[in-house]
Amino acid sequence: MGGFPILSLMMAVPMAGAIACLFSGAQTARWIALAATLADLVLGIILWINFDQSGSGAQWQFTEYAPIFGRFAWALGIDGIALMLIALTVFLMPICIGASWVAIDKRVGEYMAAFLLMEVLMIGVFTAQDIYLFYVMFEAGLIPMYLIIGIWGGADRIYASYKFFLYTLLGSVLMLIAMMWMVHEAGTTSIPVLMETDFPAHAQTWLWLAFFASFAVKMPMWPVHTWLPDAHVQAPTAGSVILAGVLLKMGGYGFIRFSMPMFPEASAQFAPLVFGLSMVAVVYTSLVALVQNDMKKLIAYSSVAHMAIVTVGLFALNTHGIEGAMMVMLGHGLVSGALFLCVGVIYDRLHTREISRYGGLSINMPKYAVLFLLFTMASVGLPGTSNFVGEFLALMGVYKASSWVALVSTTGIILGAAYMLYLYRRVCYGDQVNADAAAMEDLSGREMWLLAPIAAAVLWMGVYPESFLAPMRADIQTLEARLARAVPPGDAQIKMGAPKPAGHDAHGAATHEPSTPESGGHEPAAHAAPGEAH
Amino acid sequence: MIETASLLMVMPELVLTAGGLVLLMVAAYAGDRTTPAVSWASVGVLIAAALSLNGLPTTGGSAFDGLYQADAFAGFAKVLIYLAAAVSIIVAPRFFAQGGALRAEYPILILFACIGMGMMVSSSDLLTLYVGLEMNSLAAYVLASFMRQDERSSEAGLKYFVLGALASGILLYGISLLYGFSGTTSFGGIAAALGDGVSNGELFGMVFVLSGLAFKISAVPFHMWTPDVYEGAPTPVTAFFASAPKVAALGLTIRVAIEAMGPAGMAWQQIVIFVALTSILLGAVAAIGQTNIKRLLAYSSINNIGFALVGLAAGTPAGVAATMSYLAIYIVMTLGSFLCVLQMRDKDGNPVETIASLSGLSQSRKGLAACFAIFMFSLAGIPPLFGFWAKFLVFDAAVAAGLTGLAVFGIAASVIGAFYYLKIIKTIYFDEPAAEYAPGGSKVEGVIMTACAAVVVLGYLLNPFLDSVSAAAAASLF
Repeated sequence: MGGFPILSLMMAVPMAGAIACLFSGAQTARWIALAATLADLVLGIILWINFDQSGSGAQWQFTEYAPIFGRFAWALGIDGIALMLIALTVFLMPICIGASWVAIDKRVGEYMAAFLLMEVLMIGVFTAQDIYLFYVMFEAGLIPMYLIIGIWGGADRIYASYKFFLYTLLGSVLMLIAMMWMVHEAGTTSIPVLMETDFPAHAQTWLWLAFFASFAVKMPMWPVHTWLPDAHVQAPTAGSVILAGVLLKMGGYGFIRFSMPMFPEASAQFAPLVFGLSMVAVVYTSLVALVQNDMKKLIAYSSVAHMAIVTVGLFALNTHGIEGAMMVMLGHGLVSGALFLCVGVIYDRLHTREISRYGGLSINMPKYAVLFLLFTMASVGLPGTSNFVGEFLALMGVYKASSWVALVSTTGIILGAAYMLYLYRRVCYGDQVNADAAAMEDLSGREMWLLAPIAAAVLWMGVYPESFLAPMRADIQTLEARLARAVPPGDAQIKMGAPKPAGHDAHGAATHEPSTPESGGHEPAAHAAPGEAH
Repeated sequence: MIETASLLMVMPELVLTAGGLVLLMVAAYAGDRTTPAVSWASVGVLIAAALSLNGLPTTGGSAFDGLYQADAFAGFAKVLIYLAAAVSIIVAPRFFAQGGALRAEYPILILFACIGMGMMVSSSDLLTLYVGLEMNSLAAYVLASFMRQDERSSEAGLKYFVLGALASGILLYGISLLYGFSGTTSFGGIAAALGDGVSNGELFGMVFVLSGLAFKISAVPFHMWTPDVYEGAPTPVTAFFASAPKVAALGLTIRVAIEAMGPAGMAWQQIVIFVALTSILLGAVAAIGQTNIKRLLAYSSINNIGFALVGLAAGTPAGVAATMSYLAIYIVMTLGSFLCVLQMRDKDGNPVETIASLSGLSQSRKGLAACFAIFMFSLAGIPPLFGFWAKFLVFDAAVAAGLTGLAVFGIAASVIGAFYYLKIIKTIYFDEPAAEYAPGGSKVEGVIMTACAAVVVLGYLLNPFLDSVSAAAAASLF
């Protein structure tokens, strides 16, 4: 692309759209917002096509640098990980606008402006290469989201908006102090340089905790997840989609971009903490999801459980775990977004999220039932759908680190199947006990246009995940190489048993022959065996 | 014999004095009907004074045998003071129009207060300090009770006067102790005396001087007058109190702390850290229950002074520069907020001050609501608004100086403060509309308000400029 500032353009387009929306009527604002998000989607596709994913190119591509802010710079650039998250963002945004097309009928201009501003800031977070620029973008996202929940939310929206704002703000301010300390220590605000800076081990501990305070809240991890169900339940449908789809991913992105490469030793040191919290989250929030009566709350709790799979995958600190975590993030972004849309579809018709008010929808809404089933299965992690790839890789990665963590985390998949299928049974199967629910119309053309692209993406990601893994591969390998010096040995080491006092010399000689096919797989263990003996 | 060089250095004060006296004569003989003309002429005088700053040597200009200092630091502070004063004069007519109480003395009193404030930030001697401070205070007492018929205004003036006199007493006592134990009133001399060890008498003197100054900047534990005076004083006067005298008093505090007490850094640093933290905390917690917007902004100003003092607590050139930048940004946000408050009037044009009356403002007055929200988010320190950068700078200076603990506590307390700013935004944006306000104010007010909002939103582009001038200002003290 030469020196063309495509990343700045991707932020400028929605920004211009946001300003235009503020000054236009309802219908015009809708079209402006749709046009701006679609334009960004096209730019995102161009970005992906031009991204050099061979692994031999530069790690940071499309870089821009303009030192216009004094202490920090307008420095942008992406690697494969950021590219995938940007793709997710620009993909979901037009769908969010479409989902709000008729559901939002008051103060439309301001609503669309808030969403477009949100898009600017999300792209900003994923492209920032200056640590302070990142912080500004990361925090600024609170303002539009606060307004979206507070103005267009449900009955209890004010409590939810406060909780969302203050929770995440408190988490983030500590991170800011840590950033200042790092910048003074390293003498630079550039994220790529900081990622290669070795901070003293004792300082890493504190810095890691400060960053953890922010990302754990954003993620959200148990026990600081309580803002999420409130925010989800009260937010309008599109707000929930963007919250679950992209905003939660900022936490995971933060771990990948900051905590892990910048503080490898501390990451290894605190991995047990992350594992512990995540294991509680997987089991506890899954059980909580099982007893919810409110559809949105159920999906919100399932998000917490899925994000816990992401954190265990990340802190397995190996390639499989990190790749898996990224895939879960992408898959969950699509699937949870789609599930919130599915809830929104029936909420728009009956204006209740209570599960018991529905039933037997597969009879009168067959198209809806098929798509809802697909996303339910994807959320469960059925092979062939996006989440299977991610969850499988993440659990494989964590198995290398700790088989107990893998064991407990896997129960999340089983419990996930339980609560999702139970939800689906209650909504779509069974008798049509509620006459008004039985009279609901099937998906409209607009709603099909919202759900069908996500369904296609979910299947694509499940059938051919290579498209999504390829851009990230080189970056994740770089990350693993950076972490290698600190990774603790896993508990799944294969040990060579003591040689049996066998009489056959021929067999004994064969086991020490590395080139024989049978023993090939045990080669590392065979080398490790003498070490064990000492 | 007074040298010409000294007179040139005090040119801004000379311009203000001459201008003020001439306008006073005009007002005395021509009466209140000249008020609009006198107001605009006063703004002109302020601009002239600001322009006369340009001709001065930027560093190291010491006038009248070391009584008065004309350096980059003073210049920076004076520009802010004149700016705030000019805005306070411009917004006054419409507010007072309702009671018919705007008299020509109002702009002139502000001019005289500006002379005092100019002396404060330029003082390099305890006596200049005291004279400047009293000159400012006397004008301020009158301004606070400017609406003579209004009980609250008179009460505010009286409270301000009594407590201000007490603070002056404390300050004078501290000055006398410092003079008694160091044998000099000049900042340089005191620094030299403190350099060879701090005696108990000197320590007491420092504590008393800082206490007196803490009263002037309304920092905890000497803040009690602030909410009452802010609430009672006419709104344009409150806007003035919340901006210009804060810059002057804080500038003075910085000068005293660095130039006079620099060698005893450890001693005053503890005091400043304590005052900063308690101001941040009290300003944040006490504001939560307020229902009057002016009282709330009073606590907000206490809170903000706490943050500004974090920069001073660092005691480094970067810290002082951060505090000066903080003040510059704070002035813009505060004036903007008060301009919004000035727009709050009911159908009959009477000023309204309850927060509840703001309900649903976003549906009746979009522009005003957006400005209000921008200032509130900015005061809360949420990026990308400029208020975040102010906080960023002071905490960055604190971290660089090794005061990480202070930074952590301070920034965590800022989250408490964010709550009440959010409450106002919630009232404006989320609540059902209350009775509508009277249609918008004058064009000039709208322009100033919009300009403040634009600075708050796009301020980051000013960073390189702000960094260089504040660094130059700080460098002139060390």
